[in-house]
Amino acid sequence: MEQNPSLDSQVRQKVVQLTKFYQQDKTQLLAMLREIQSEFRMIPGPAIDYLAEELDIPRIQVEGTASFYHFFSSKNRGRYTVYMNTSATSEMAGAAAVMLAFEKAAGIKFGQTSENQQIGLFTTSCIGMCDQEPAALINDFVFTHLTPARVEEIVKVIKENGSLQSLIKSGEGKNSSALVSAEVKNNIRFKGPVFFTDYAPGEALKVAMESGSLEVIEAIRKSGLRGRGGAGFPTGQKWGSCRATDAESRYVICNVDEGEPGTFKDRVLLTERPELIFEGMIIAGYAIEAKQGIVYLRSEYSYLKKYLEQVLEGLRSQNLLGRRILKSRFSFDIQIKLGAGAYICGEESALIESAEGKRGQPRNRPPFPVVSGYLHQPTIVNNPETFGCAAKIILKGSDWFKKMGTSASSGVKLLSISGDCEKPGIYEVQWGHTVREILGFCGATEVLAVQVGGPSGNFLSEKEFDRKICYSDLSTGGAFTIFSKKRDLFSIIHNHMEFFTKETCGFCVPCRAGNTLLLKQLEKVMIGNGTALDLKKIEELGLLVKKASRCGLGQSSPNPLLTSLKNFPEIYQRVVRQDVDYMSQFNMEFATSDSAKVANRKPNLEIGD
Amino acid sequence: MEQGHIKINIDGREIIAKEGQSIVQAARDNGIFIPTLCDFKSLQPAGTCRMCLVKVGERYVSACTTIVSQGMSVENESVELKENRKSLIEMLFVEGNHMCPSCEKSGNCQLQALAYRYQMTAPRYPFSFTQRKIDASLPYLVVEHNRCIQCLRCVRGVKAKDGHDIFGFIDRGGAIHISVDTTDTEAATEVIAQKAMDICPVGALIKKGGAYRVPIGERKYDNEVIGSDVEKERDKV
Ligand SMILES: Cc1cc2nc3c(=O)[nH]c(=O)nc-3n(C[C@H](O)[C@H](O)[C@H](O)COP(=O)(O)O)c2cc1C
Ligand code: SF4
Ligand code: SF4
Ligand code: FES
Ligand code: FES
Repeated sequence: MEQNPSLDSQVRQKVVQLTKFYQQDKTQLLAMLREIQSEFRMIPGPAIDYLAEELDIPRIQVEGTASFYHFFSSKNRGRYTVYMNTSATSEMAGAAAVMLAFEKAAGIKFGQTSENQQIGLFTTSCIGMCDQEPAALINDFVFTHLTPARVEEIVKVIKENGSLQSLIKSGEGKNSSALVSAEVKNNIRFKGPVFFTDYAPGEALKVAMESGSLEVIEAIRKSGLRGRGGAGFPTGQKWGSCRATDAESRYVICNVDEGEPGTFKDRVLLTERPELIFEGMIIAGYAIEAKQGIVYLRSEYSYLKKYLEQVLEGLRSQNLLGRRILKSRFSFDIQIKLGAGAYICGEESALIESAEGKRGQPRNRPPFPVVSGYLHQPTIVNNPETFGCAAKIILKGSDWFKKMGTSASSGVKLLSISGDCEKPGIYEVQWGHTVREILGFCGATEVLAVQVGGPSGNFLSEKEFDRKICYSDLSTGGAFTIFSKKRDLFSIIHNHMEFFTKETCGFCVPCRAGNTLLLKQLEKVMIGNGTALDLKKIEELGLLVKKASRCGLGQSSPNPLLTSLKNFPEIYQRVVRQDVDYMSQFNMEFATSDSAKVANRKPNLEIGD
Repeated sequence: MEQGHIKINIDGREIIAKEGQSIVQAARDNGIFIPTLCDFKSLQPAGTCRMCLVKVGERYVSACTTIVSQGMSVENESVELKENRKSLIEMLFVEGNHMCPSCEKSGNCQLQALAYRYQMTAPRYPFSFTQRKIDASLPYLVVEHNRCIQCLRCVRGVKAKDGHDIFGFIDRGGAIHISVDTTDTEAATEVIAQKAMDICPVGALIKKGGAYRVPIGERKYDNEVIGSDVEKERDKV
């Protein structure tokens, strides 16, 4: 690499300043890397050396962390960095035209940075704006409902080194407040009794602290509350085991990684009800006798950070957070830690690694985080919605909560509905509604498929629309994505398999190599080279990846393929070759298509047969 | 039964295991072979290769990371699991570029040996033909990325004198790869190169010079099936 002495000294200065500011705290490595990326538009090589030196971390580990996250790069990504969301819902809303417009206006292709380093065009996985696509992030500003015309306008401002803020339209609710000022909509469609009713911060906490910590855990247990992040683990049991583990300190972590394509309810909760979520965390801290809480906020939601910090400050000034809460002996504080682009960091043990400033690789379990979590201390990790429910349960009682929903799934669920429907957005509903009822709520007609739970969930066909959203049937973190009959299901399945091949941490063989092979097999089928045997191979390989993978990512990544094979066999039957039953890798028409186009001729296929 | 010993069951055979042992260790002590690639002696288990996949009750777990418990019932040698392991081996063969006939490690390579044990003829998956580098910049060590299976044995087991890491994972997903900190003076030593070659299950870390001292044909797995040393002990237990 060529050495630039002035850059080198700038980098050095920055690193010294950062490590001083963060008091050489190794767990803040991501925060420091974020600032370096933001200033230099890359992580320059010398930054790795200096960080290793100043923080006393082996150089190879700093490099390992820096290279793990999508929003860090070893090459310059431009003063203005566009991250276009290429999730399925974005593509359905017209991402292709928007991307072409970006390329045309900027004069470069996606994956490149302009020669003058003014603009870089990159893609990224779901940014949590599925109800307002096509969307993109530009230097941490969110742009929604993009059109080619708007892109021209944006790139013009970028070329003139203008202000992105000036381009932002006013958002809905708290999004329009000065500290957020994002053009994001909330789209809250159904308001229910738990989240979107009147709420006064502190009331639940008072009840909790009057009743005692063990009673809080008991109340949560009795309410039947289960985790809202997707896995559905009983919350009371989690808190109870954490508290039962002897330790010097314990931690409460709120998982706002929200990376599953199709979910965006945590975004809305954090925008409109942050006090409730934080109050749930404080109650949890009181219950498990922790002193520290961490909000792990995905990088895509960094536009909320200043605002959330102000909310925390507000809670401190009301004596609901910080030292000697409500004049008691209980002290508890919350800090916000930002991610840097990695879906796997939603997995709780990967999240903990990431919050410690490392690569976001899942840990082997057991031990579970409740025994050995953040800094190897007992830790509970919960979804924001779980914390919100917990606060309300303490305030209104376990019975009140249990009366809602079904016997095995108590309470309400926030659904993130997107895709082909009239009213995409957030729906607070009781557990137990059928898919068909929900399609009615959001105004979806001519529905081909519904995906419940995002790519790691299930593709359902019409035959299954009477199934229920609840833990004993369709258990879900809340993503509900609708695909109408005009959609090509293959391109969606492909998009999702591509998502998993990009987002696997790469640690274990089946998830790393297996998903790539699954994607290849799917592509073979899609171009018309597949046979019935290939479908069987996809199924076998998919099942192997599910059972052999080390963490939840690999254990669910083949689901787009497996559940569509099961519920939409006809789309596969339509494209597989019926004339041969052997493995057919070669297709003359496809193999010669490029040269045929150039020569403006049709290939003579008779030779092949 | 002695204090600290428990009974577990592998493929219907009752064995005595020590508390705190992994399933792999307990099996080995009792003359039962569970194939492994990433597990290595006393290193903290990583669970990267999944070769040791076994079934405990209804769950599939990696036997190297799972600690034995009283009354545990483990399925190891079923047709299904053998087929799964063969598939995992094939995945590794198509993911990297393994030209065994010209590889210094041939005959001592555990991946190759497992492929023989599980009777792989040719991988049933398409080759990736990925482009990977060979880094021969260090005085004693060659890092042949084409053959690396990302097992993490080097990262966990080859450390500097004061214990800090010299090897590490870089990037993620399909691009993940091992890297050596070449700026570290210890990385340039012969001791480290030897350690690295010894710990690597495949031919990804090769010490320069002397790689063919033992001729091909006379190497460890040229004449015995991998795992047979463990299984020989079985009758003695
Ligand atoms: C690949 C992967 C991604 C995940 N992403 C999230 C996420 O974004 N948010 C979340 O709350 N849980 C996520 N989870 C589940 C967490 O591991 C964990 O179960 C959850 O945060 C626990 O909180 P809960 O019990 O309140 O649901 C993910 C799991 C996996 C395997
Ligand atoms: S590392 Fe092993 S499997 Fe790979 S080429 Fe060498 S001998 Fe063959
Ligand atoms: S170099 Fe060898 S020991 Fe290190 S990860 Fe690769 S295969 Fe494993
Ligand atoms: S990389 Fe997570 S399951 Fe393999
Ligand atoms: S030996 Fe157990 S996962 Fe590799």
